[in-house]
Amino acid sequence: MSATFTVGLLLLLSAVGFWMGRTRAVTVAGGRIATLHSVPNYYGSFVALWAGLPALVLVLCWMALRGPVIDWLVLDGLTPEQVEIWARVMLPPNDLSALLANIAEETDALTETHRQLLLININNLAAGQAQYVNAAVVGAIQPAADHLNSLRNLANWTLFAAVAALSAGGLAFTWSRINPSLRARNNVERIVTWLLILCSTIAVFTTVGIVLSLLFESIRFFTKVPVTEFLFGLHWSPQTAIRADQVGSSGAFGAIPLFTGTLLIATIAMIVAAPVGLMSAIYLSEYAPKKVRGLVKPVLEILAGVPTVVYGFFAILTVAPFIRDMGAAVGLSISSQSALAAGIVMGVMIVPFVSSLADDVINAVPQSLRDGSLGLGATRSETIKQVVLPAALPGIVGAMLLAVSRAIGETMIVVMAAGLQANLTLNPLESVTTVTVQIKSILVGDQEFDSAKTLSVFALGLVLFLVTLVLNVVALRIVQKYREKYD
Amino acid sequence: MMDTTTMTMPTETTATQPVKMSAKTVKVFYGEKRALHGVNVDIYQNEVLAMIGPSGCGKSTFLRTLNRMNDTIDICRVEGQILLDGEDIYDPRLDVVQLRARVGMVFQKPNPFPKSIYENVIYGPKLHGLATRKDEFDAIVEQSLKRAGLWNEVKDRLHEPGTGLSGGQQQRLCIARAVAVSPEVILMDEPCSALDPIATAHIEELIDELRESFTIAIVTHNMQQAARVSQRTAFFHLGDLVEVGPTEEIFTNPRDERTQGYITGRYG
Ligand SMILES: Nc1ncnc2c1ncn2[C@@H]1O[C@H](COP(=O)(O)OP(=O)(O)OP(=O)(O)O)[C@@H](O)[C@H]1O
Ligand SMILES: [Mg+2]
Repeated sequence: MSATFTVGLLLLLSAVGFWMGRTRAVTVAGGRIATLHSVPNYYGSFVALWAGLPALVLVLCWMALRGPVIDWLVLDGLTPEQVEIWARVMLPPNDLSALLANIAEETDALTETHRQLLLININNLAAGQAQYVNAAVVGAIQPAADHLNSLRNLANWTLFAAVAALSAGGLAFTWSRINPSLRARNNVERIVTWLLILCSTIAVFTTVGIVLSLLFESIRFFTKVPVTEFLFGLHWSPQTAIRADQVGSSGAFGAIPLFTGTLLIATIAMIVAAPVGLMSAIYLSEYAPKKVRGLVKPVLEILAGVPTVVYGFFAILTVAPFIRDMGAAVGLSISSQSALAAGIVMGVMIVPFVSSLADDVINAVPQSLRDGSLGLGATRSETIKQVVLPAALPGIVGAMLLAVSRAIGETMIVVMAAGLQANLTLNPLESVTTVTVQIKSILVGDQEFDSAKTLSVFALGLVLFLVTLVLNVVALRIVQKYREKYD
Repeated sequence: MMDTTTMTMPTETTATQPVKMSAKTVKVFYGEKRALHGVNVDIYQNEVLAMIGPSGCGKSTFLRTLNRMNDTIDICRVEGQILLDGEDIYDPRLDVVQLRARVGMVFQKPNPFPKSIYENVIYGPKLHGLATRKDEFDAIVEQSLKRAGLWNEVKDRLHEPGTGLSGGQQQRLCIARAVAVSPEVILMDEPCSALDPIATAHIEELIDELRESFTIAIVTHNMQQAARVSQRTAFFHLGDLVEVGPTEEIFTNPRDERTQGYITGRYG
């Protein structure tokens, strides 16, 4: 009896419950629907929820617990002899003698790694894939595989029976309670409220979980590398030796070059995006005829929807060579991964973001202010410069801060177009690297999960998170405060 | 409603005044829709002309043609002639900026700029280069605020934001702002509709004083107000100017039955 079938049953019972609840409500009302406390659909939903929810919770708990419990039972069913036969074939000599000693002392014999290996073998066998299992151990663990299959079968049937009983029980109980004075609407609404609360809690807890893991892993990193070195060190080269006896770099974790690289690229991006975005917003909201506005706004929004990876190859394949050739023409040698190329393309990416936010705040300036200014004989541009922009300024600043935070966190474009070398420079023609690029390049490939190199990712992530958080909070505050003024 | 013995008095004063503005068969279209069907009216120098009529009849539309504020509406088109001192203000050679400096406007909702009181008042003069030195600006601010009857209330806080004033004070600030440019005509679109009776009375008094130096056209829904502040009244109905004449006459002895219906409250 598969779990899918069980869930199907559950849905079916809920649907039946809805129909039965509804029908019964209509019946007990005796044709006078108005005597019911709630409309019949609420009685239906009430029964359906009670038929579905408790059983659903049961299914979820069972899914979470099934694996570990069955594994434990299966391993428990193995005799020491069977384990020994398996171990003699599968384990290297050192581990084997340790295991045999353990078996002799009748202590918990298997280490965690060996346990996993044994379970994989049993699982393969149980799934009928004996070809993945060493033929010499099949005999020893076949009973365990059979045991596993029967346990699974049993568990599924038990679940099916339990769900059927719980669901039908909930259905029957609530169905029998239906009478005109049952406050079905209030009950249903309370349950729905709790469901909504649950969902939002999940979102919040996920965020909190991510932040906490960032924090704790960063703390682990800072036990290996001092905070001051990380924050103020001028040299970044995260290659640490993998084995203690290896020659080579010990690693340097001064993140300043990354911060300056990030800021350099973000600054270039803003130098492109701020004026272009703001001017296009001004044009769109103040000058453009309706038709142009209707055409240009969607195009800008499409620009916002272009996947960043596309901007990325636009940067490496088009902009970077172009800039390099331009430099060559005037005798400058420009790195083909210059900060300039990455920054310009990132700026283009942010333009629609800036312009749509700025457009919003400019449109929020009341028309009456424009009329007042025009009525005094101001020209359109005087009105914009002296009334509209000053009134919209806080909102515009907020929009810019949001854009900066976007630029700092942007990954794909810089991964493709910026370099990997952590140069400490403010020259836009050289190659720099950013925080996001380093995070990505450190995590790509196989990593040891407690080396300083890997852990440094969490510290970088934490810094990135804090900076963008502060920027966003400040920006939203400013935008909000300004909104209040006119509403 | 009106004392009939004073009936002829304002007629005499206005009749001797020269014509300041004159509308000749003015038609206004919003897209395909015609909002005014050919309005003819003269506005005399130093008079207050009140415009009344049911909602949607085109009063604001007409008022806005007088300083070309309709230009800001894309779909709006004006036909006919409007003369200011005999010059057509829709003549393409005429500079709309200069026109608006001569014909100022006060709006229904007080709309001070989010700047200080002082800056609100000098906004127009600065644009038009009416003054350059600080003491000149100071003088303009003081004089304009005095004329708008606001000076005593705000003279100690000229550098606080204009948006921090009460509604009535804000509206007087807007009047001061319009006056500061020394326009010849001031247009007011329901200037008191957002104000309480005391602030309204204040502004009505003010309008009466301003008449000495300016020509005023005012839209109002309040017929007592029209009777109190204006010398002549124009009644609009469904895009037509039904009749215009001395205020007393309109209110006591209207010629058209639509006017009569409106002022006696049969519709509106
Ligand atoms: N911007 C516009 N676009 C399209 N039609 C408009 C516009 N402004 C006004 N109208 C139309 O023109 C007509 C006259 O409007 P107007 O605002 O002049 O009326 P009003 O007499 O001032 O009314 P109220 O007393 O309610 O202010 C109305 O039918 C209105 O719908
Ligand atoms: Mg109006």
